[in-house]
Amino acid sequence: MPDHTPSPAETPDLAARRAVMALCGAARAEELRDALAEVGTPGEPEDLRPPETGLVMTRGRIGGDGRPFNLGEATVTRAAVRLASGETGFAYHLGRDRAKARLAATLDALWQRPELRAPVEAALAPVAARRTAEREAEARRIAATRVNFFTMARGED
Amino acid sequence: MYVAVKGGEAAIANAHRLLAESRRGDVSVPDLSVAQIREQMALLVDRVMTEGSLHDPDLAALALKQARGDLIEAVFLVRAYRTTLPRFGASEPVETGAMTLRRRISATYKDLPGGQVLGPTFDYTHRLIDFALAAEGEAPVAEEAEPLADAAHAPRVTDLLGHDGLIEPSAPDDGTPPGDLTREPLDFPADRALRLQALARGDEGFVLALGYSTQRGYGRTHPFVGEIRVGTVAVEFVPEELGFPVPLGEVALTECQMVNQFHGSAETPPQFTRGYGLAFGQSERKAMAMALVDRALRAEELGEPVGAPAQDQEFVLAHCDALQATGFVEHLKLPHYVDFQAELELVRRLRAEHAARHAPSETEMKEAAE
Repeated sequence: MPDHTPSPAETPDLAARRAVMALCGAARAEELRDALAEVGTPGEPEDLRPPETGLVMTRGRIGGDGRPFNLGEATVTRAAVRLASGETGFAYHLGRDRAKARLAATLDALWQRPELRAPVEAALAPVAARRTAEREAEARRIAATRVNFFTMARGED
Repeated sequence: MYVAVKGGEAAIANAHRLLAESRRGDVSVPDLSVAQIREQMALLVDRVMTEGSLHDPDLAALALKQARGDLIEAVFLVRAYRTTLPRFGASEPVETGAMTLRRRISATYKDLPGGQVLGPTFDYTHRLIDFALAAEGEAPVAEEAEPLADAAHAPRVTDLLGHDGLIEPSAPDDGTPPGDLTREPLDFPADRALRLQALARGDEGFVLALGYSTQRGYGRTHPFVGEIRVGTVAVEFVPEELGFPVPLGEVALTECQMVNQFHGSAETPPQFTRGYGLAFGQSERKAMAMALVDRALRAEELGEPVGAPAQDQEFVLAHCDALQATGFVEHLKLPHYVDFQAELELVRRLRAEHAARHAPSETEMKEAAE
């Protein structure tokens, strides 16, 4: 693997990077293609690791909060790219979409260039907006099925 | 015999072509797309993922199409596919307490923080065939309502009970990685983590029947549904090259917390015990049955008499996998010509010996004549 991959301690804002990674995972391949077109790629990134589909064993916890156990595997596709300027980007997503993983890895690499961080986040804003709208609509549908208990008055009084 | 082998090959090839044609069915009926199966046979897709032990809705839907809807055949296809893929590692344990809920019910408490949320359920339907579904029409639209302020925070029912010490706490995570029966063959006695893995991928019908057997008296556990929750959780994985948890995406899960009675012992004051079920997708029956059997399999640990089938871990775990079961049962239909020939020879010889023993001897014949 590349020797200049930043360790967590060196990463300036891990939470922000993870948020971008999560957005890329939730995005459709077309959305990532649009985002990348908007940011623009300085040259075709080099494949550090060609997109590859494999398995991650999903773990749960006994009782929800106890010792871990293996629930079952999930297909996961990963990709790693290096920009001409040296940044390396990674993607790990549920599913088998290799093209999407490579697009996400490219966006992850671009995001690591300080001057591109804001443009990458802005280009992914439509994905975030779509996700928020979907979540809110779902929450409203689910809220309509919440039970309101009431007690019937019974007996003499 | 070589000629017979050639004949078999042609018959097999043609049988597979016939299978493909039969799979398609009447060509005047539109072909079913994988996306249609994924969206409209969603609970079946969830079951294939759970028993196939592989989360991938599109793959499960495709497997169902290829298997002509045969559930166990679809599980077989999914399990075979996973053997072709490398294992990147194991996820961080998912946090079901932080689940984005689609459904959350409790049979033990009426009023709960976060509320009782029915979500999309067959419960309380009249189970009358809806002939309107046979006609094409507009997709129905669900009602909406403003979520209440506490909707986002729904603590587990077991946590509420745990505050008062009324229920046993979960065994704490001591950092040892759980055993994995896809890597190491199952050895008995199996610990609870391995048992849960086996039950999670176990055949729903088998696990359901065993759970039912405990309710009917074969290893009673006095269960209450503390909580069932259905929804999505984030899955995270720490790749070696990154060293921090990467969000992989979200998976839909069903969790069942069964609350069971326990009388206590010299060391332990009486408190409720727990059975746990977890499955991919909306798989409520499976999660409930799993929780019942999980609790039954803890009989020995909790000092209860062991004797019922659901309490016998070797019996349960060695037979709950639909693929293993079907493999051994269905292998009986494969040619056993040589084995059977040997049996045939043996039976013929035994019959001859039997006949010789019981045939009246010549002296006996003479005596009888006189």
